Order: sequence, then structure tokens, then C-alpha cells
Amino acid sequence: MSRLKILALLPLAAALSGCNYVVLAPAGDIAAQQRDLVIISTILMLLIVVPVMALTVLFAWRYRQSNTSARYEPDWDHSTKLELVIWSAPLLIIVCLGALTWMGTHLLDPYRNIGRIHAERAVDQSKAPLDVDVVALDWKWLFIYPDYGIATVNELAAPVDRPINFHITASSVMNSFYIPALAGQIYAMPGMETSLHAVINHAGTYRGFSANYSGAGFSGMHFNFHGLDDKGFDSWVAQAKSARGSLGRAEYLQLEKPSENEPVRRWGTVDSDLYRLILNMCVETGKMCQSEMMAIDAKGGNGHEGLNNTLPLSYDKYARRGTVLGPEPTFVVGTCTPDAPQGQTTAAIKAPLDTAPLLGAGLKRPTFAPLKSSSFFLGQRPKSDS
Amino acid sequence: MSPDLLKFIFGRLGIDSLPLHEPILVGTFIMVALGGITLLAGVTYFRLWGYLWREWFTTVDHKRIGVMYMILGIVMLLRGFADALMMRAQQAMAFNGSEGFLPAHHYDQVFTAHGVIMIFFVAMPLVTGLMNFVVPLQIGARDVSFPFLNNFSFWMTVGGAVLVMLSLFIGEFARTGWLAYPPLSNIGYSPDVGVDYYIWGLQVAGVGTTLSGINLICTIVKLRCPGMTMMRMPVFTWTSLCTNILIVASFPVLTVVLALLSLDRYVGTNFFTNDFGGSPMMYVNLIWIWGHPEVYILVLPAFGIFSEVTSTFSGKRLFGYTSMVYATVVITILSYLVWLHHFFTMGSGASVNSFFGITTMIISIPTGAKMFNWLFTMYRGRIRYELPMMWTIAFMLTFVIGGMTGVLLAVPPADFVLHNSLFLIAHFHNVIIGGVVFGAFAGINYWFPKAFGFRLDPFWGKCSFWFWVTGFYMAFMPLYVLGLMGVTRRLRVFDDPSLQIWFVIAAIGAVLVFLGILSMLMQFAVSFLKREQLKDVTGDPWDARTLEWATSSPPPDYNFAFTPVVHDNDAWWDMKKRGYQRPLLGFKAIHMPSSTGTGIILAGLATAMGFGLIWYIWWLAALSFIAMLAVGIGHTFNYHRDFDIPADDVIRTEDARTKLLAGAK
Repeated sequence: MSRLKILALLPLAAALSGCNYVVLAPAGDIAAQQRDLVIISTILMLLIVVPVMALTVLFAWRYRQSNTSARYEPDWDHSTKLELVIWSAPLLIIVCLGALTWMGTHLLDPYRNIGRIHAERAVDQSKAPLDVDVVALDWKWLFIYPDYGIATVNELAAPVDRPINFHITASSVMNSFYIPALAGQIYAMPGMETSLHAVINHAGTYRGFSANYSGAGFSGMHFNFHGLDDKGFDSWVAQAKSARGSLGRAEYLQLEKPSENEPVRRWGTVDSDLYRLILNMCVETGKMCQSEMMAIDAKGGNGHEGLNNTLPLSYDKYARRGTVLGPEPTFVVGTCTPDAPQGQTTAAIKAPLDTAPLLGAGLKRPTFAPLKSSSFFLGQRPKSDS
Repeated sequence: MSPDLLKFIFGRLGIDSLPLHEPILVGTFIMVALGGITLLAGVTYFRLWGYLWREWFTTVDHKRIGVMYMILGIVMLLRGFADALMMRAQQAMAFNGSEGFLPAHHYDQVFTAHGVIMIFFVAMPLVTGLMNFVVPLQIGARDVSFPFLNNFSFWMTVGGAVLVMLSLFIGEFARTGWLAYPPLSNIGYSPDVGVDYYIWGLQVAGVGTTLSGINLICTIVKLRCPGMTMMRMPVFTWTSLCTNILIVASFPVLTVVLALLSLDRYVGTNFFTNDFGGSPMMYVNLIWIWGHPEVYILVLPAFGIFSEVTSTFSGKRLFGYTSMVYATVVITILSYLVWLHHFFTMGSGASVNSFFGITTMIISIPTGAKMFNWLFTMYRGRIRYELPMMWTIAFMLTFVIGGMTGVLLAVPPADFVLHNSLFLIAHFHNVIIGGVVFGAFAGINYWFPKAFGFRLDPFWGKCSFWFWVTGFYMAFMPLYVLGLMGVTRRLRVFDDPSLQIWFVIAAIGAVLVFLGILSMLMQFAVSFLKREQLKDVTGDPWDARTLEWATSSPPPDYNFAFTPVVHDNDAWWDMKKRGYQRPLLGFKAIHMPSSTGTGIILAGLATAMGFGLIWYIWWLAALSFIAMLAVGIGHTFNYHRDFDIPADDVIRTEDARTKLLAGAK
């Protein structure tokens, strides 16, 4: 290679060496196994892709029009042997890859408890894994450590070689929880819980972020994940513990509001029930939790008595805000029974009805209000609170 | 005026809906307005309105409709590509604390619009246009089964494109990503008009696509000329048939899922909300049940084009016709069994993920077989490197890379680390540009002489080719690299400065592609100026094999004076080999469909209705809906639907061709 060419390649080499191919060189065992699968699959496919590309170039060159010495058989269009090869060669590769996929997918299922710390060390079943509850908010990450009673925003830490069980949900829209150095991603979705089991093998600071676009502040929705040795982790916990303030329902409702590029925040104490409430979308007082709804549904709705539930059921912080044509939410606040013909009012539960459009994306935008019921076009509609 | 009255007349449309505060948009608007005014003035000055209306807008001729689809696709390509350039520039700039030049509110619209436009209004029109133009000619038909429907379909597609373009200057477009996943796209988080533009743009265009699918299926099934059995159909016709079956089977799903989303947004139902029993994941499933077949809707016709081109320019019969057909059919069926691979990371269990991963891999078997078939078509051929063949070779080399990364992404654990990353972006651009776009360009270069009677200029064509190919590799290989560094898609700003170099390389690649697009426009212009030099008098400039080359270039309105009879699957090659003599006598009057303005009027009304619904201008929506019904019913009373081209006209046209052919000899 001439010196000039080497010079030309220098910036490329510089660029390559300066980069961190985190997907190919992760620091956690799960991500490392996923990386292995990426590499093995690629090699398997190269077995067929390289010959195809080589043949393409070869045939394209050899059978060019100007090469009259090459054989020309204009009517040759079938060969059973060749057909067998061209169908079976990819098939064989796919059989291997399929087997690999089946095993790999089950082994590396994010819901599965991990069986090993790394290739040479199995998980010590006597030691409890680290539990972390993860909530994707508009546009920051909330991490709750239920075992330690602490919570952080946009900062995550875990001790090296201790299995971590993440429980993941979201407050409003879909995000994807991803720390490339640790393990593959999994979606964070409101009202649903996903989990991820992983372990970090090397101390260090790694990047975590949302891998699914979630609105205006998406670019700033990243955090640092610290892999710490046991002592380092303990002092990190102690530091968080010493943070002032506690994260309760009211604080969470404040925190939940859209904000961008949030700095790291820590809370020394946290409402132990908070994660359950977030997951069941009932942090606001007076709102029925999904789990309760499901329990009632499982019992067949509680019959007549169940009507009393419609008020807390019907209130929702997001539903129907901003729709123009739909009926305003209605709910039953009381029922009449032969015993109590006046009706028993359950209006004690106040639903903060607010039909203003929710600016979930947190952006300024042209003002408009949905047509009020007093609009002459839609006509007067009765206020439907009874 | 009272605010209520204003609201009644204009809905939520107001002065503040115009993006006057965005200098980029104002600039674009001025450019577009100036360009538009010049164009309109030109058309008026040269008195072309009558000509355009009679010969193009109201035509039911499949060839002209095909050409109009192509024009739509290329015009929208310019818009979609402008978005791409802005994204590349933003991502190359926004480092080291710089916010770039696009605020989130604008940038998020740009990437959404780019995806929507490129898929629905560039790739789809290019593919549909080629099918419309070529299929009836290839099967020896005089037009499609339902010529009026064809015109209507085209204008509905235009209507959807118009709505999407309007969002640039009136209001805004969706800021949700091109598939508009709820809850983000639901009223709670996207209360403004963006998602409504998205919904109604796609709904209006979707009607056109579905109807055109039905039309082409009927055409292929019912209008083949005598002797053309299914297994003698040209491969492009086969892939078109499969594509249109996919369209008819999958677009209704899109229509329904968008209808459900609009119910959520307009009347407060809860199909895809977080609560009240709604499930956003239902939307994700449904939209991909449409979305995955959509990928094959785009790429199958491209496969067909490559088959025609390879066999023509290798001067050989296509290797393994039968296995090619079966591969196409297998891909058609399997494309319905893989949708979940778009969201392995959404928490499905391992068995479900493996199932969809493995079905996805299985698709690569027939696709691989196709690749080998093209390879062995070239084997022992005499390959002429005209532009269509160059695009085909570029496709073969590029597409295998895209295919490989695609299979890689189908391995769920690998997908867990690569999903939504720039690796994924690189992958699907690799298959869509390498497959669909290269295919469309091969098709354009291949069939252009058939459509217009002169070939495209090879010099500018080659410029375009090399700019596109090098530009593509420069723009997307860095994205593969970035994906392996764990960089995710749709980011607006970056804080790791070591990534910048890759984005700069990608941006340079995008500029090269832009030069490729400009070269292509130049190619059209130069070819038009040099049309006498590039003239094709024989009707068969490439020494091709299928029936469309048996007639003149451009073909007469009636395509074939006599319906051809087919004895072999390379029908025209077979005719040439057996010393086919063009009939010179015995011409009869030919029964043809009449032009009608109903299609464009209906589509215009549908667009107005969409606009009304987007802006809550209910009177406009209601009025245009009623008007649509009235025009539709009125059209059923139109009894001037067909006419006969008199025998004298046919004789005159055919005699002119005889003279031309004699002159060429």
C-alpha cells in the first residue's frame, strides 16, 4: 500500500479507535451473550452471503457482452441439481440459525432469572438479587430501590456481579429501557409491567437511555448507570439515603409532569407503595387501581353494588381530554334501592374532572379549545354529573 | 364576528395555525409559492389547461395514469428527500452543546413526514405507477379491468399527498414517528392537528391504493390474452399479482386501525388509551399486520423488474421461472406470519418471539432462491450493461447486505440490542433503497422508451447511478457502525462528540444522493432535448422478451391492434424467434373506455372532507361528503362510458408505424 493511501486511511483509523462499540464490547453478561449471538449469526450468514456476492461480481464480469469467449446458452433456464442447491443451501443455514434462535431466545429471555454471573460463575442462590423499579416519565427515568427505600431520577447504580431484577413501567407513553453495556432493551409501557434480568460484570459508568421515541424531550432522556464494587455501592446507597426529601404520592405527581434534560435527583425515603400505584395508574387519591378493577371484574363486577364503583372508575387523568365529539364522561354517583329510595350518594369521592386538553408533550402550541358544550353548533348538552 | 361563529366557520383553524414563526417554513413556502405560480402561469400562458384536463387529468388510459403516478412519486421524492437532508444536517450539527438548527417541534415533524412520505407517496406511487403502465401491456390487454376506478384511485392517492403537503404550511404534521404509536398519537399527548393530517392523508390515499389493488388483480386474472396461462405470465406480472393480493388483504387493516385511532381522537372511545380497557399494544400489532406485508408490497414488484431486466440484458431465458413464481407466492403468504418481529422488545414471551423470529428467517429462503435465480440467469449469458442492468447489479450486491442484517435482526436476542438503533435504520434503508428504489430506477430506465418513444440519456443516467450508489453506501454504512455503538434513532441532539464524524460522513452521503437525484432530473431534461437522437422507432429498443415490446413506443391508445396470442412465457422473444409478421390488414374498430372527470372531482371532495375533519370544520366535511355521494350517484347515470376508435383511425396509426418500421430497416 502506498504511503498516500495509508495517510488517507489515518483519519478513519483514528475515528475507529476513538469509538466505543458498546454493543460489541459490553460489560454485562447478558449483553455479552447477545453480542455472541450477533456475531455467530453474522458468520453463519456470511457463509452464504460472501459466495453470492463473489459470484455476482464474477458472473457480471465474466459474462459481459464484450467477452465473446465466455459460453452463451440463451435457452438454458433449468437445472434440477442447481435448483436443489439454491433452495437447500439457504435452508440449511436457516435450520442452524433457527435452532440457535430458539435456544438463544429462551436463554436470554428478559423475564428469565439469570443462571450465571458470567461464563465461569453460577449465580449464588443464597444471595438475594437487587430489585429496581423503573418508571419512564416524560422525559426522565425514575428508579426506585424498594429494598433500600431510596429513589433517584436519571441515575442508576448496581453492584458488580450481583443479579439485578428490573421491574419496568411508564407513566404516560411508550419508552424503551436500554443500557447497551448491561443487557438488551425492553419497552416501558403505561399500565403494564415488563421485566429485565441482568448483571454487570465490570465496574464503570455506562450510558442508559430510552430507545423508543416518546416526544419532544426524548433526546435528553438518558442517565448514567454506575457499576460499583460492593463498598462503592453501599456508599452510594448511603449517600442517597442522606438526601433530603421523601418521594410520596404528591411529590410523584409533581415529578411526573413533563420536563426535559432533568439533572440527577435523589430521595432518601420513598413511599413503599408508590411503584404499585404507578403501575396500576392510581397515584391520584380517589382513583381506582387497575388491580382492584381486575379483582372486581374477576368476581363478575359485584352486581348491583358494583355500580357504586363507577365514579372512581370513570375518572381518569387523561381519558377523553381534548376530544371534540365524544360525550362528556358520565358516571353514577348514587343509586336508588327499595331500602333507600332517596339514593345513596357516593359523591364523597371527588373526581377532579378537567376536560382541558392535556399538553402531554409539554410544548407551546397554537391555542385551541375543544368545542364547549355551550357551542351553538353542538347545542346545549346537559352537564352529566348525575 | 362572534367567536362561536368564527369557530363554526373555521373550526380550530386560525391565523396562529400558520407557521409564520418558523423561518425555514416561511422560506420554503415562498419558494413553493413562486414555483407554483410560475408553473400555473406557464400552463395558462401556453394554454395547456384544456390539454391537461382532457388528455391527462380525466384520462382512463392505464399508461397515462401510470405515468402520472411516476410523476407524483418523483415530486414527492423531492419533498421526502428534503426532509432527509434536514435530518442529516441536524444530526451532523447537534454536538458539543449545539442544539442544531431544528427545534424539537420541527425536527420531530420532519422525521415523521420523511417516513410517511417516502413509503406512502414515493415508494407506493412509483411501484403502482410501474404496475399500472406495464401489467396491461405485458398481458396483451387494452386497459385495466376498471379504467374509471383506476383514474379515481390515482387521484385519491394525490389527495392524500395534498393533505400531507398542506400540513407543511397550514398547521403542522404529526410528531409521532411514521407509524404513530399511541398513546403518543392519541388525543391526550398529540392534541393538535398533526396526527389528524396523518390519519386523513393516509385514509384518503389508502382508498386509492386498495381500489387500485382490486383493479389490478381483476386485470391480471381476467384480461390475459389467449394462450397466457398463469405459468406463462411474465414474472413482473406475477409479482404484481402477489403485491396486489397483499394490498387488498392488508390495506383494510390499516384503514380499520386508523379509523379506531380517529374514534379515540374524535369521539373519546378507548381502543388504544392507557385505561378504560384500551391497549396501545393492540394498535402496534394491527399496524404491523398491515406494515409488514407493506414491505413486500413494495419489494415484490421490484423483484419482478429485476427478473425482467436480468433476463433481457443477459439475452437469456430467466433461470428457474417456476421456482421464481413459487418463491414469490411463498413470500406473499409468509409475509403475514412475521409482523411481531417489529416489536420483539415489547415483552412477548420467548416462545412467541422465537416463532416470529424463525418465520422471518424462513422468508429469506425464497428470497435467497430468487437471488440465485438472477445469478444463474446471468450465468452463460451475454450481459449488456445498459442502465437497467447496472441498477440490477447494484441491487444484487446491496440487497444481500440488507438481507443479512435483516435476518440478524430477526434473531430476538440480537434484536434486543439492535432494535430501534441506527443499525435498524441502516437495515431498512438498505433493503428499501437497495431493493425498491434501485428497482424503480431500473424500471424507469427500462420502460421509459416504451412510455415516451425515446430512451433516457445514458450519461446523466450513469452520473445518477454512481452518485446514488456511492451516496447510499456513504450515508448508511456509518449508521450500521453507529448502531453498534448503541446509538438510537430519532435523537435530535448528542452529547458524545466521538460520534460526530460518522454523522458527518452520513450527511456527505446524503448530499451525494441528492446529486444523484439532481442528475436524474437532468437526465430527464437532457433526454427530452435529445429525443430525436434517442428515438426508439422499433418499439423494442432492448431486444426484450415480453409482450409490451411487441407494440410501438409509445403504444397506441388501444395498446395492440390485434390481441396477441401467446405460446411461451417469453412471448415476444418467442414471436421474434418464430419470425412473427406484424399484421398489416384487417383492422377493425376498437372498443375503448371514455375519459371522465368524476375521479378527480370525487378525490377533490374527499380531500376537502379530510381537511374539514382535520380542522373540525364540520360544515365542510359534511358538505363535501354529501357532494361525494351526489357525484358518485350522478356518475352512475353517465351513459357515455365507452366509444369505438374507428377502423380508419386504427389503420392510420398502424400504417404510420409500418412506415416508421420500414424506415428503420
